[in-house]
Amino acid sequence: MKILTGNDLKTGDVIWWAGDTRWSRHLADSADAGDEADAILKREEAALRVNVPYVIDGKQTEQGPMPLHIKERVRAFGPTVRPDLAINTSIPILKV
Amino acid sequence: MVEPQIIYRNEPAVTDAAVPLADFADGTNAAAVRIEPGDDVRALLPHLSQVRLVEVNFPAFGDGRGFSSAQILREAGYTGELRATGDVLVDQFVFLRRCGFDSFAPRKPLNLDDVKAAEGFFPDFYQNTSDGVAAIWAKRHKVAP
Amino acid sequence: MYQYDTYDQAMVDARVAEFRDQVRRRLDGSLPEEEFRHLRLKNGLYLQLHAYMLRVAIPYGTLSGKQMHMLAHIARTYDKGYGHFTTRQNIQYNWINLEQTPDILAELATVEMHAIQTSGNCIRNISSDQFAGAAADEIADPRPWAELLRQWSTFHPEFQLLPRKFKIAVIASSSDRAAMRLHDIGIELVKNAEGVLGAKFFVGGGMGRTPMIAPCIREFVSAQELISYAEACLRVYNRYGRRDNKYKARIKILIHELGADEYRRQVEEEFAHMKTLGLNPPVAELERISAYFTDPAFEQGLSDALDRSDPDFAVWVDQNTHPHKTPGYASVTISLKPAGGIPGDATADQIDLMADLASEYAFDELRVTHSQNIVLPHVRKADLYAIWQKLDAAGLASANLDLIGDMIACPGLDYCSLANARSIPVAQKISQRFADTGRQLDLGELKLKISGCINACGHHHAGHIGILGVDKKGVENFQLLLGGSAAEDVSIAKIVGPGFDEDGIVNAVETVTNVYLGAREDGERFVDTYRRIGMEPFKEALYG
Repeated sequence: MKILTGNDLKTGDVIWWAGDTRWSRHLADSADAGDEADAILKREEAALRVNVPYVIDGKQTEQGPMPLHIKERVRAFGPTVRPDLAINTSIPILKV
Repeated sequence: MVEPQIIYRNEPAVTDAAVPLADFADGTNAAAVRIEPGDDVRALLPHLSQVRLVEVNFPAFGDGRGFSSAQILREAGYTGELRATGDVLVDQFVFLRRCGFDSFAPRKPLNLDDVKAAEGFFPDFYQNTSDGVAAIWAKRHKVAP
Repeated sequence: MYQYDTYDQAMVDARVAEFRDQVRRRLDGSLPEEEFRHLRLKNGLYLQLHAYMLRVAIPYGTLSGKQMHMLAHIARTYDKGYGHFTTRQNIQYNWINLEQTPDILAELATVEMHAIQTSGNCIRNISSDQFAGAAADEIADPRPWAELLRQWSTFHPEFQLLPRKFKIAVIASSSDRAAMRLHDIGIELVKNAEGVLGAKFFVGGGMGRTPMIAPCIREFVSAQELISYAEACLRVYNRYGRRDNKYKARIKILIHELGADEYRRQVEEEFAHMKTLGLNPPVAELERISAYFTDPAFEQGLSDALDRSDPDFAVWVDQNTHPHKTPGYASVTISLKPAGGIPGDATADQIDLMADLASEYAFDELRVTHSQNIVLPHVRKADLYAIWQKLDAAGLASANLDLIGDMIACPGLDYCSLANARSIPVAQKISQRFADTGRQLDLGELKLKISGCINACGHHHAGHIGILGVDKKGVENFQLLLGGSAAEDVSIAKIVGPGFDEDGIVNAVETVTNVYLGAREDGERFVDTYRRIGMEPFKEALYG
């Protein structure tokens, strides 16, 4: 699946595209952008709903949508060395 | 000819078409020249007396070579029009002025309110440059320019 | 310590107002991100893995208790209660809100602090020796020279868009505690034959993808000509540094390609011209600045005697204090490297405590070191025990300065958008493996440095043992390097062989320390033994 992500312009929070004009702080809300990814990114960035967005590869797992690359899983989880600050502790960091 | 959007000179903008720097090696009698980032502007110094307009081009704002080109011209005593062209942004405006630019022909016109604001933020500067404004150290120690 | 006059204060206040306006234009959409990115970086604001990150400058690593309290206040009020001290004597906050950034900068400005030019392709924070003004072995205090350069480089109009970032360090001792020769410009203050103080210029050092040791470009630059010479160095770089490839744009590549002699010749030519332009402040300006760096009122005739009856205290004193120029005083290094901790991180409460200790015991002064620790530069030896007890209670009394536990680590993939691998977990596992102080002391001075990518923020090239994290087909992998040094015996480390996984690299570090223990001769440090016996025995032990 194609997952869209970026940061909230004001707060800098990591956000995930959840369909239409919705962005969520939780990876689990991610929608599959499919072939529309580039068009959605352009539209959403222009509307300032997301800053520096990009598309990543992911797949559906038992924990929900999951990025294939470790960097994006760290973004979804929070710093692995500060589990007290984790956004969602169910993200498998090392392997999908 | 690129019309300047902003000019800080008593005389009107020079309207001659600018020729490449290389033409001066071939003996051109042009009075306007265009300096690209990779040009060695010092090649122009022997011909400064015939020049009334230097356009320094910024194809991309992140390339700061044009700042040195401008300084070198002013340090050599050039008093003609010094025009910044290309990707010229309001947030570089004060630095360009300090390096001696007195004419601006940005590819994308600047918001004049933003220019006014930009000019108002910094009352003083730490360095002596070719703009002749006294550096902070000169004011601290009452050093005459 | 330097104190702002009305000009300096107006400068930082103006930058707050300007940045507030830039943020406003970004938030209302009139400033696109590709233009704003450059502007926010020039004010130390990154967009990192999890949020915006703000890097605040601590010029030449010196700050007051009041400034330190402000750093704690910002951590508590605008971030998540902690900050990260960096290898260039700055502090970084990891969870910054863009809308609040102008307010943070306004608060910093009230204590004469800022984030000006802490990133971007411009002249960065000037770094220095953390023991400046205190060390028994310095010939002068380098900080007035650093402050002169700070002011010159702040908003220098010609050098705002250099080919790449530009880092300057100034030291004044033959012991290099600031990685001076791994900077774009490293300055060592020296005395000439007439006994006059001047600057020896090393230009073109750096780490990153292509580590280089800066060659000496000029033996002596007088105080009167410091600025025009620096200006000449920078102008040659601004005009001729490569701009076609970001990875070849640092001045070290220019000097490598031109050759040091040709670069020197071009600088001399430009310098001859610069000297005619009236760029140099009068000597009175350096004197004005120097007056702020006079010694605090040290008590005279104090005893150097110490009650060493508490063995844990005695170990800490031996390891974490440095000789002071005044009898009865010492410089204390507070290690931010507890076993299992995150190198360089400190909580707001810890930052406040260190500020309080500075106020109570150290003439209200603190320093940040390039190895991510904090220094109380001027402490009476008679107060050391009381200080140690308070540090110990706050988890800040690790007696590991310059030992394997005192490692440098970049934030790595836990925080940094450039990283390929997580450095901090490796640091934590190694510091736990070697947690026993006796074992660390037996290994002696051992500089371990860990980077999570090739950009080398963790100085892996300069580690006696270096670790470089790489991305191997989506999996974290760690390469081992040996033989680097950032000190006066500067050298670049070499990669040993194929990389390891996270646990494998921890084992590999233990293996090479065992090779050292087996091979060392009297008085040899790890790096000395490596230099004597070479790579082979280590390779053999690792790969068989």
